[in-house]
Amino acid sequence: MKVAYWPGCVSRGFTPELHDSMEAVAPLLDLELVPLDRASCCGAGVIAEHNQELADTLNARTFALAQQVDGAELMMNICSTCQGAQSECQERLDASSSYRARVNATLAASDPGLSYEKGLTNKNLLWLLVEEIGLEALRAKVRRPLTDLRVGPFYGCYIVRPSDRLGIDADHPRDQYLHWVIEALGGTVIDYAGTYKCCGFPIVTMNKEASLKQAGTHLGDAMDAQADCLVVPCPLCHLNLDLQQPLASKAVGRPLAMPVLHLPQLLGLALGLDPRQLALSKHVVKPTSVIDWSTAVVGAPAPA
Amino acid sequence: MAEYTLRVRRFNPERADGPYWQEFALELEPHRSVLEAVLDVKGRLDGSLAIRCSCRAAICGSCGVRVNGRPALACNTHLRDAAATGVGADGRTVVVEPMGNMPVLKDLVVDMDAVHWRKIRRVTPWLLNRRPVPEREYVVPHEDMVDVTQTMACIQCGACVSDCLSMEVDPEFVGPAAAAKAYRFVGDPRDAEPRQRLRDLAEDPHGIYDCTHCFMCIDACPKGVAPMSQIMRLRRMAGSDHHIVDRNNGERHEEAFTTLVHDYGLLHEAELLPRSYGGNSWFGKFHPAAGLELVDSLPAIARALARRKVKPAQALRGHRLAKRDLDAVHSIFDAIEGRQRRYELNLYRSGAEEEAST
Repeated sequence: MKVAYWPGCVSRGFTPELHDSMEAVAPLLDLELVPLDRASCCGAGVIAEHNQELADTLNARTFALAQQVDGAELMMNICSTCQGAQSECQERLDASSSYRARVNATLAASDPGLSYEKGLTNKNLLWLLVEEIGLEALRAKVRRPLTDLRVGPFYGCYIVRPSDRLGIDADHPRDQYLHWVIEALGGTVIDYAGTYKCCGFPIVTMNKEASLKQAGTHLGDAMDAQADCLVVPCPLCHLNLDLQQPLASKAVGRPLAMPVLHLPQLLGLALGLDPRQLALSKHVVKPTSVIDWSTAVVGAPAPA
Repeated sequence: MAEYTLRVRRFNPERADGPYWQEFALELEPHRSVLEAVLDVKGRLDGSLAIRCSCRAAICGSCGVRVNGRPALACNTHLRDAAATGVGADGRTVVVEPMGNMPVLKDLVVDMDAVHWRKIRRVTPWLLNRRPVPEREYVVPHEDMVDVTQTMACIQCGACVSDCLSMEVDPEFVGPAAAAKAYRFVGDPRDAEPRQRLRDLAEDPHGIYDCTHCFMCIDACPKGVAPMSQIMRLRRMAGSDHHIVDRNNGERHEEAFTTLVHDYGLLHEAELLPRSYGGNSWFGKFHPAAGLELVDSLPAIARALARRKVKPAQALRGHRLAKRDLDAVHSIFDAIEGRQRRYELNLYRSGAEEEAST
């Protein structure tokens, strides 16, 4: 399957292991990624906070570029925040032909030949796994089942709310897909309080204490539920949960040691890739409870 | 008729053993409401079960509870839907709990005064008349009035407050209901003090910039008030229209983010952080506030470098689009930032003229 691939900014910036692991795992999923190298930042909701039309137009440009990719069935992203910010812009663009014409006029003036046509399909990797590849097919690809690995799903706000904008309904319970994927890979889903909560990243520069308390609380809850690791489809969540984990630990006043994996990393492990190919060594919290580095075997550690 | 199990989290302040769970078996039509199920239990099985309710028609806002972990009005949640919602739903069990973020008084009754109403009062929830007061009525453009009806639709049920994720870690956060109420007056052309209201909420460390943008309140609201969207409008007005530079880095963060995307086309994280604290220019990182933040973040930065997560030279240089594409991005910025007035499509006001596709 050929997709117009939007990696987002952070997967090529502060979480390079996300982009790298996605590229490593794509061939195993028979995914041909055509990177949207010409597209700009989605604005992460912040540009929309500054000027909504600006955010809508920048994303319309990305959508138009995606629509120009020959043979691509849809656009795929690997970031909950990109998904949410782009879906919000697309909702406005798709709801009004006059607004679309206004935005397309700006596009045409800046980039002759570019125009967004209503109705782009833009899916996060998680949605694509379940709806396009299918859990059966995914199960068939598993080479190293994540047996005994206790995984806490952490979705990230932007791909679970608001549910109507994101197309979550009885036929598409997208707010349960991460649970399903973990199970399809042979892992055990951990029930803990943080699954649908906010990592706190959006306010890390405005109220650092509250931001870190959110991250620290969820990590602590996952530890209490005896998770071996969390898995996130969002690199911004990863920043607050992994990169900031030492600070989050101080904010909540308890030691934390919870590895946090990107979705493509978890996939890659189950599909048989070597942990090093998935850049698992680049995490701030070493995923030693996930991987036995000496043998590169996936599994939970023996109890201390 | 269908069989349901109503699992209720109960609390009796006169008992010493804290909250506890109790299950009740009942038979009701699937289209009956969760409130009817609670009242059925109360009438038939246990008269001590406490819940607030009045209109039973989703207009009085009394019966806010959590149903299967999600905030809702008990009276407009069908048993059929409730039993089918959430991970592990079995089509039969309906879990009812009191709302969150507020102290529980008894069973499903929470102390709205201690949290919700106190926050509402904090935002000066009345119109401050623009002078001179006209002899007869104020004439307000129809569009502006329609605009504020979205926030006027609030029935003060507290569902958004219940699950606000910022309030969970910062109980002083003004919260979604009060912020939506603030927009109701900031957006009203008859109000004399919109700028003062905006400054007040921007400067408050627990004000509009304390919202973590989690969309929880949008999904929680039974009346479509979309409190978070109102908070984002307040931020837009404070920063872009009134140029209020707040002490919480809110405006600086937004300006820095937007400027960096203008300059690079992509996000430049290593520049964003210092500029959010120190000011929106290359020199921002030399501001004392940026220095303090740098020191505070050193443990995280040191680990990231040690793990070769980021390479220093690359992080400082950032990623930039090719010139042709950056020119296109600049042209979009110039066209839109150059407009006389900010244009904003409000789907609440305009409605979707066509069926939006997903």
